[in-house]
Amino acid sequence: MAQVSEKVMVELHNVDKSYGDNKVVKNLNLQIQEGEFLTMLGPSGCGKTTTLRMIAGFEDVTAGAVIIEGENVVNKPPYQRNVNTVFQNYALFPHMNVYDNIAFGLTEKKVNKEEIRQRVGEMLSLVQMDGYETRRPSQMSGGQKQRVAIARALVNRPKVLLLDEPLGALDLKLRKQMQVELKHLQRQLGITFVYVTHDQEESLTMSDRIAVMNNGVIEQIGPPDKIYNRPATKFVADFIGESNIFEASVVSINGDNLKVIFETGGAEVSASGFNQDEMVYISVRPEKLKCSIDAVPGFNLRGTVKEHIYVGSISKTIIELPNGQNLKMSLLTGTPLLPQGENVWVYWEKDDTVVLHTNEETLYNLIEQVPKIEVRV
Amino acid sequence: MNIHNKRLNKFLSAAFVTLIYIFLYLPIAIIVFFSFNSSKLNVVFQGFTLQWYGVMFQNGDLMSALKNTAIVAVSSVVISVFIGTLAAIGMFRYEFKGKSIVDSFLYIPIVIPEIVMGISLLAFYHILSISLGILTLILAHVTFSMPYVVVTVRSRLSGYDMSLEEAAMDLGATRMHTLTRITLPIIAPGILAGAMLALTLSLDDVIVSFFTTGVDSVTLPIYIFNKVKTGVSPDINALITVIILVTLLVMLLMRTFDARTSKKEQA
Repeated sequence: MAQVSEKVMVELHNVDKSYGDNKVVKNLNLQIQEGEFLTMLGPSGCGKTTTLRMIAGFEDVTAGAVIIEGENVVNKPPYQRNVNTVFQNYALFPHMNVYDNIAFGLTEKKVNKEEIRQRVGEMLSLVQMDGYETRRPSQMSGGQKQRVAIARALVNRPKVLLLDEPLGALDLKLRKQMQVELKHLQRQLGITFVYVTHDQEESLTMSDRIAVMNNGVIEQIGPPDKIYNRPATKFVADFIGESNIFEASVVSINGDNLKVIFETGGAEVSASGFNQDEMVYISVRPEKLKCSIDAVPGFNLRGTVKEHIYVGSISKTIIELPNGQNLKMSLLTGTPLLPQGENVWVYWEKDDTVVLHTNEETLYNLIEQVPKIEVRV
Repeated sequence: MNIHNKRLNKFLSAAFVTLIYIFLYLPIAIIVFFSFNSSKLNVVFQGFTLQWYGVMFQNGDLMSALKNTAIVAVSSVVISVFIGTLAAIGMFRYEFKGKSIVDSFLYIPIVIPEIVMGISLLAFYHILSISLGILTLILAHVTFSMPYVVVTVRSRLSGYDMSLEEAAMDLGATRMHTLTRITLPIIAPGILAGAMLALTLSLDDVIVSFFTTGVDSVTLPIYIFNKVKTGVSPDINALITVIILVTLLVMLLMRTFDARTSKKEQA
């Protein structure tokens, strides 16, 4: 990812968006670098699509500034912004063939015919759709339409390409293939991509940085590995991948070593910045969880092997704790499994945990109560 | 089940269909037939002639009625298509207070008896002291045909994807260009259907026209209607034959246009 430069291409500054009393985006601040692939990830109704639409100019901001290349564009209509959008439903013009669809932006800019012909041709090659010039949108498959939609946006040489769940309507295999192609395309062209998705796996595969959104705020922003390994909030830990989360209380601190207890036992974790008796969340990824027939020093956590679930390359083991909580543990398929009904000791490596302050909890509970409505106008 | 029964069934259904078509088209055929009759009466066929077609063109009253009908039809179609299309787009796109009320009031001219509309319009013009003439006639025709345009254009819009307009603006098209390059071409079949409907309504309207026309703006349907009292003259038969021919031609054109657009859009 050599092209990511220090130049800020898009900046959202204290952006608010409300529909009546419903605040969809709350005081959002975000800087997107030139050449960066930034993904906005979150559940439906989290405000990610609204944010994208504010950058494109389809939605007005209630307050704040949208700055593209140093210029505040909040008062500019979409057709005066140097960004282009790829829509979820492709939005190809049904009364035009592929050529005219791709040429649309250039004819609006009154580019001469010869140059249009050349640039449309280049785009068709870029998205591997040579020879489809005279096809109509109704005569193409979803994947082909998506390629044309991408070509139609890129032919204008935008500074920023906005993609609103562009692969959502494709089947899994095609989606995976398009993910790779899109990423290559982005690197090859060096254009800033702002990508909206609710698919956490997709975001991990493609992005330079991920902004995890929930209830109108960015909960965490960072590179994929950081988001996965060091989630900053319980929501992020829960939303990205799978997590086993314990509510715990800190009983003793020794440097970076924390002893914690929770309803069903106790454990040792490594973290800093926490206080004696503080309530915390302990989050452990299923692939980091281990179990043993014999007790492990530092851990006092017993459970029963409830069932094994075969998922292909990995197998999941569900371990039930005395309080009914189910822990997920994943192992590479082929690893010997403990028999069902066996009582085991659960443990993990101290460094494989994430400890989170619980002050997030109140916020998180509130969020759960807010009806989640994806607002699209 | 034997073959005999099957044959009988087939015969009966064919006969039934034939009867329906005879019922529908025989009156028309008779008019066409008698337009070539050398006798002045629509009773016996005396001999073939084309003279009524000549007479028709020399009948000044008939020709001026035809001219008035054309003027009223074209003007009212243009006006009602313009207003109706904009109204349909506006109602489709924007949410506003009282939208449902506006919506239901739009349909009243469709369901209201024509006689009521005719009398109301007459009273309305009278109150405003507008003298009856071609202008009042055009306005009256716009009043009853515009809702039909709104309805047909809206039904075309119901499957319209608003993100197409966003896509156009995203690609640099102004609102005006978005309308002319995207929205209008896509809803064109609906507009055309609305225009055809408005045209037909205007061409053969008697009741509303009867109340809202002046002495020197008599339209064809009213002229014929008045003439019928004294007996239909053969030159009217000739005119009706011409009208039928034109209608058939227009229908044929519509058919080919329709076939072309649906071929383009086949989903």
